[in-house]
Amino acid sequence: MKRRVLPGFGLSLGYVMAWLGLIVLLPLAALVFKSSALAPSGWWALLSSPRTLAALRLSFGGAMLAAAVNVLAGLLVAWVLVRHRFPGRRLFDALVDLPFALPTAVAGIALTAIYAPEGWLGRYLVPMGIKVAYAPLGVVVAMVFVGFPFVVRTLQPVLESMEREVEEAAASLGATRWQVFFRVVLPLLLPTLLTGFGLALARAVGEYGSVIFIAGNIPRLSEITPLLIVEKLEEFNYAGAAALGVAMLVLSLLLLLLVSLVQRASRRWELPR
Amino acid sequence: MTTRASVVRVLMILTSVAVLTVFLLLPLAVVFSEAFKQGLHAFTRVFHQAEARSAIWLTLLVAVIAVPVNMVFGVTAAWLMARFEFRGKALLGAFIDLPFSVSPVISGMAFVLLFGAQGWFGPWLIERNLGVIFAVPGLVLATVFITLPFIARELIPLMQAQGSEEEEAARVLGAGSWQMFFRVTLPNIRWALLYGVLLCNARAMGEFGAVSVVSGHIRNLTTTMPLEVEMRYNEYDYVGAFAVASLLALLAVLTLAFKALMEWRYRHELAAGGIHR
Amino acid sequence: MARLFALLAFLLLLGSCSAHGPSSQLLNVSYDPTRELFRDIDAAFARDWREKTGKAMTVGMSHGGSGKQARSVAEGLPADVVTLALAYDVDMLADRGLVSKDWQKRFPYNASPYTSTIVFVVRKGNPKQIHDWPDLIRPGVSVITPNPRTSGGARWNFLAAWGYARRLPGGSDESARDYMAQLFRHVPVLDTGARGATNTFAQRGIGDVLIAWESEALLARKSIGDDKIQIVIPSVSILAEPPVAVVDANVDIHGTRKAAEAYLAFLYSPEGQEIGASHFYRPRLPEVAARHKGEFPDVNTFTIADIAGNWKAAQKKFFADGGLFDQVGPGRGDKP
Repeated sequence: MKRRVLPGFGLSLGYVMAWLGLIVLLPLAALVFKSSALAPSGWWALLSSPRTLAALRLSFGGAMLAAAVNVLAGLLVAWVLVRHRFPGRRLFDALVDLPFALPTAVAGIALTAIYAPEGWLGRYLVPMGIKVAYAPLGVVVAMVFVGFPFVVRTLQPVLESMEREVEEAAASLGATRWQVFFRVVLPLLLPTLLTGFGLALARAVGEYGSVIFIAGNIPRLSEITPLLIVEKLEEFNYAGAAALGVAMLVLSLLLLLLVSLVQRASRRWELPR
Repeated sequence: MTTRASVVRVLMILTSVAVLTVFLLLPLAVVFSEAFKQGLHAFTRVFHQAEARSAIWLTLLVAVIAVPVNMVFGVTAAWLMARFEFRGKALLGAFIDLPFSVSPVISGMAFVLLFGAQGWFGPWLIERNLGVIFAVPGLVLATVFITLPFIARELIPLMQAQGSEEEEAARVLGAGSWQMFFRVTLPNIRWALLYGVLLCNARAMGEFGAVSVVSGHIRNLTTTMPLEVEMRYNEYDYVGAFAVASLLALLAVLTLAFKALMEWRYRHELAAGGIHR
Repeated sequence: MARLFALLAFLLLLGSCSAHGPSSQLLNVSYDPTRELFRDIDAAFARDWREKTGKAMTVGMSHGGSGKQARSVAEGLPADVVTLALAYDVDMLADRGLVSKDWQKRFPYNASPYTSTIVFVVRKGNPKQIHDWPDLIRPGVSVITPNPRTSGGARWNFLAAWGYARRLPGGSDESARDYMAQLFRHVPVLDTGARGATNTFAQRGIGDVLIAWESEALLARKSIGDDKIQIVIPSVSILAEPPVAVVDANVDIHGTRKAAEAYLAFLYSPEGQEIGASHFYRPRLPEVAARHKGEFPDVNTFTIADIAGNWKAAQKKFFADGGLFDQVGPGRGDKP
């Protein structure tokens, strides 16, 4: 290894590892340790129960759907906010961070107020047969809300630094608008989009506060995994709760790993900078 | 051609405004309309109550501790991740992001498993009369955990993109480590840092799930604003609940307005430097 | 800025001392719907305490779901007294040595100073004509009740319905089970707490009938307006007995045993019982009960001992993992 010109490697490595160990790994180690109180047969009974499977399916399926919606909506919104000037742009730009600042319970209450059968939008949607509040769709809506800032905020700096010359060059070579977008812009943005997807996904999977208000929480239908964890805690079943938590954590880490693998593969198409 | 382009442009703007309105503006409107349902007087009365005031102070206190702690961590982690190559770097990056993927319910519980009466360090703490869980230190810990990745996340891609040439040059020209950091690195990342701090702050003030587990909900003592919102909602004090919630939303909008102001104030520098955010 | 730092120092100090709060302070860890009640009780008790001892006494409050609150106390929340929704949660504290095993004998009436019962809340005019338990499972009736696995209050709802069906002439565990299965097919939303369910019913307009504690129903009618909802008393219901206990392990450390016991005893005093009644809890003291006869109509009630023996047995049979609620609860595949 060549001699480092820049200072602070040892110090920063030591500090970051110590702090991560203390704040992140130690609590999670306690969690994993607690879950080990559960015998293998207990793990199997827990993870193979239809209710757990249905809840995991809803949590992860809903989160993936929500993250996908966030990628599409986020791409559009980020593009418009960066590339176009229109009245109210700053206001809308500021609004993007709202889901971070609004307590999740408030978000849940507000979304339920909007989508309930007598709500602002619900009164039009429900007669059309679209049931959002107290249905699995409500879970996805809440997850879209909490994950919304991630895609927009990861895309914005990249879009801003992306050189328009590339697009202009492509256009001058006779590429149509759509060709420019799909052949030039999208491949450039793909790694960032995937990062945003991963972050929005991770955030949505574990979301509890806003979802329980709007979901309806019917077992096997609209019950998310964090709610099952709360039920276990309510029975003073710490080992079971910790086991479900560990299972969720492992699953989301696997998903994030998958995302980063796809990302690495996608970088091959990226134009050299 | 130009007409078609502008039609597409207008369509795109309209669609994204519609998306933002439905997903973000509408919930915000609900919060404010509920808060002011019984008029301005009922709204302001909420903030004369001791409970609301102590919740606001506590929330500010937790943020005032948690955000600088994460700022130091974020800058150091970004320096490490963006400037050095070492074995296990990808793993370290994954660990930094880990708090994003932990359900708030779980993270609160993990701290209870550490510091609760039956936890690893609980008995030791109890013997010494030190309260962590159900006291301010627990609230700060949970908040630091939840918001740990925000600043690092914001800085790492930027510092990677900027490269280390300027810093290396400073070193070659004989600058000390701290001189280099304060004269070169910090000015280069200050916009991203500011932005990360604002996000981290917004999330720190709004966090509910993990904080709810470690707070103990003692009124006037360990109740933060999000917990106060929940309590009031459960008391059928809808105006009070949404008034406190609207204050949180307002804080978010204000920090963003501050960001916009800074960008405007330093617009020339931004344009010259080509550094975004 | 100076104020902020002063506050910071003060709170850190409080944080580090909270495990042994000063003895002029009590912490009452209670469940969600008792906020309004204890706000008045605490003020009256502080006055009473000053008159009797000449000392100041403040009572701190913590509110949350009953089970979560009990868990917090087990994990070190420095409660001097607990006032919870069901004896099962106090039993858990007794199992962990925080509360003495005979806590139910320490105070009169099973250590439950006031009672309530389970009633129905319907929309103004009772458009669906709901009068008793069988009406809940009529076609087209939609019922709101919280999840008994996350809400202590909802366990009383569940047991009230079970008790009705089980105690019908010719009723058996089988027939009661059928009734519960039918009932939950009419439940479109399972909130995690009792207040959440009330808000779903009243604010969101979901459901035709809400199953709730009488105290909650009366409070909701007061807060939300009797032009919107009204209360229906079923022919038979359960006697809900929310328990109180001194947390022995903590009061001995804090030196607050006398105050804690006086605080709980105050709940049984005529003044405490009056305050309870004004917050819609049925008083135990006969003389106070007589004064409020008009507000609390006679209800034919049974107790948990009549239908399940005790809370541990009830918990195991109905609410544990794989228990009866899991077997017959909503989401069994058949649509409501």
